[in-house]
Amino acid sequence: MNLNQEIINGYSVIFINEERIDAHNSGELKDYLLQRIEQGDVNIVVQLEQVKFIDSSGLGALLSGFKHAATKSGKLVLACCNPRVLSMFELTRLNRVFEVYKDVSELFDNES
Amino acid sequence: MNTNALQIEVVIPTQTRYLDLIGSIGERIAKEVDHFSGDREELAYHLNLVLTEAATNAIKHGNYLDPKDTVRVAIHIQANQLIVRVYDHGQGFDLENVPLPDFDDPKESGMGLFFIRALTDKVTYTKQGDCNVLEITKRLD
Repeated sequence: MNLNQEIINGYSVIFINEERIDAHNSGELKDYLLQRIEQGDVNIVVQLEQVKFIDSSGLGALLSGFKHAATKSGKLVLACCNPRVLSMFELTRLNRVFEVYKDVSELFDNES
Repeated sequence: MNTNALQIEVVIPTQTRYLDLIGSIGERIAKEVDHFSGDREELAYHLNLVLTEAATNAIKHGNYLDPKDTVRVAIHIQANQLIVRVYDHGQGFDLENVPLPDFDDPKESGMGLFFIRALTDKVTYTKQGDCNVLEITKRLD
């Protein structure tokens, strides 16, 4: 999976450079998030601007990261979901579980 | 599209790398539907998703003892009704006993069938000879 990570304002911002998240690459995403959290990056923003499609396994990978971050007293939030991707979270009510920000700066404005 | 049927059959190895291909066929079909009054982009996403989830299940439940195992996806559209049949050679599962996801305590897996059922009109899973068939019906009005 093509992704890159930057530390911004104390958050590990993970940019997913893929248009599609499905069972072919969601395992990698899940493992990557777990690894980052185990290494101490417990406050994570997953930036999904490029993602046009996500399936249930993609949601599962993000949920796994969310739960792991929470066990380490951190948090995993989402940014830049397009409306179709957002509707997946709404259908499963995961939009009540995840904080979803329009963009990364909205998160930081919120925090300050 | 007139009332003649459009039929597409794809046979793929049981590898997740082909999910993109199967999903994009679903997306592309949305453009071919005549007299569709809804949001076509949304339909495209939903067909992509339904085909992706169905194919993923077939790949996961396939015959792991046979490295040459395949999954067949048959798509039939006629008079604005879509029927998708996904054939696998695995042990099968009991569709009626697949639990609804618990939205108050969400788990990381088990949502595929929920999406298929939420976005389509009818779903059945039956044994046919030496394979299992997940049959999905959706009206495209």
